[in-house]
Amino acid sequence: MSNENMTIHLKVWRQKGPETKGFFEDHTMDDVNPHMSFLEMLDLLNEQLMEQRKEPIEFDHDCREGICGSCNLVINGMAHGPELRTAACQLHMRKFSDGDTITIEPWRARAFPMIKDLVVDRSAFDRIMAAGGYVSVKTGNAPDANAIPIPKHEADLAMDYATCIGCGACVASCPNSSASLFTGAKISQLAHLPQGAPERKKRAVAMVNQMEKEGFGDCSNFQECEAACPVGISITAIAEMRKEYMKAVLS
Amino acid sequence: MPSISNALQTTIGRKILTGITGVFLTLFLVAHLAGNLTLFSPDPDAFNLYAHFLHELGPLLWIAEIILVVLFLAHAYIGISIYRRRKQSRPENYNYYNSKGGPSKQNAASKTMIFTGIIILLFVILHVMHFKYHLFSPETYMTTINGEEMVDLTRHVETAFHNIWIVLGYTAVMVLIGFHLKHGVWSAFVSLGASNPKRLPVIYTVGGIVAVLLSVGFLFIPIYIYLRHLFGG
Ligand code: HEM
Ligand code: FES
Repeated sequence: MSNENMTIHLKVWRQKGPETKGFFEDHTMDDVNPHMSFLEMLDLLNEQLMEQRKEPIEFDHDCREGICGSCNLVINGMAHGPELRTAACQLHMRKFSDGDTITIEPWRARAFPMIKDLVVDRSAFDRIMAAGGYVSVKTGNAPDANAIPIPKHEADLAMDYATCIGCGACVASCPNSSASLFTGAKISQLAHLPQGAPERKKRAVAMVNQMEKEGFGDCSNFQECEAACPVGISITAIAEMRKEYMKAVLS
Repeated sequence: MPSISNALQTTIGRKILTGITGVFLTLFLVAHLAGNLTLFSPDPDAFNLYAHFLHELGPLLWIAEIILVVLFLAHAYIGISIYRRRKQSRPENYNYYNSKGGPSKQNAASKTMIFTGIIILLFVILHVMHFKYHLFSPETYMTTINGEEMVDLTRHVETAFHNIWIVLGYTAVMVLIGFHLKHGVWSAFVSLGASNPKRLPVIYTVGGIVAVLLSVGFLFIPIYIYLRHLFGG
């Protein structure tokens, strides 16, 4: 692995706001360290822009360790970039080659309205969660840990679905802009836990209805979401959501 | 809780319905192919007798036909709605878009479902006009088997498939049906809730095999009849 600095050409989406037309802005950076993360590369570019008294590029980020789900960038046409099971903040410049041209676009979906440049409003996900992505708990003293036995197989499945960080890459990468992987993961996670049982039916219906209302597309089982998901949630979540929903309706 | 009819109008309902209708249409294709293969039975009358038997069912056949038309139109209608919703869900498209590979099933088959579907829709209309109502034939050929007069469907089919353009057209459409089913069979299972991670790859492979068998099975008929005619079988 070379430690030499790389030259990278960028085509970055710039858009002043929801009402204005966006465009690609070209930048060339000659001093990209291959061990920088993708976001550090953008930080560097923004510093250079500010030194030139130009407006920096807005992009979302927070934890920079792959757990918060805010770094939504479509890099070279792929949500979170070319590396499987990797959020954009965990992607490193060594994945690219010296002289590469890299395109950066925001998540694009009607349900994720544009705010500025690469930042979109993902509160549709919050509303889906508010519709049913919770469990009822007794207030008062904290209950004993492991007081409710859960078979290992079920606990593992719930844990796999619980790894969803709500970043929206499933929507961004889906040719139909469907939010089925996100909603499916949330519904399936709680469907496998006894704690989720009291609201189980209500939850499936409410979350699906909210997803529908937000204007996401239908799922055509392309499985692109699973490829784009930085934690690799399986589309079995979607099949489980369909069963949960139909069971709730039919019972 | 939503009523069943409301539930069927949600994103889940649309997929359950495309899935169910898709499965029944696929099963119909299996039965249809089995019937067609009687063309190659050692008994030269087998195909005509089979067609005659179906017509003799009378009202039973009508009911089956109505169910089939409803399944077909419902499937096409929902397929087109899903496609329209897709267009509405992303008003401004990506300038650069690539599949990330890995588990993704984005391929020539899955990306063209609406195209192959609409071709199938147009084809089926022509196909029914052609072989059910004989609209493209100067007359309806008749034959007498075991003292009973019936339509000589075998002759209709053979006459049609002596025409290279009809043979090429049918072959092209049968290939597209194969594409539709390559993604369709798998997709239908997932739409109907197949969620066992060990079985999913098996379903995808089996779906591909079903697609090839049906596609090749159907396109074998016009090609074989044409070649037999060409080389004087
Ligand atoms: C012989 C006739 C047909 C068969 C056997 C068939 C079979 C299937 C199957 C099994 C599926 C998968 C269902 C699912 O995703 O759950 C499917 C999907 C689809 N079919 Fe058909 N189909 C036929 C005709 C048509 C027609 C006439 C159209 C007209 C537009 C059509 C359009 C579609 C579309 C757009 C999809 C994808 C739905 C989606 O994106 O989720 N199909 N088909
Ligand atoms: S910044 Fe938190 S996941 Fe990337």
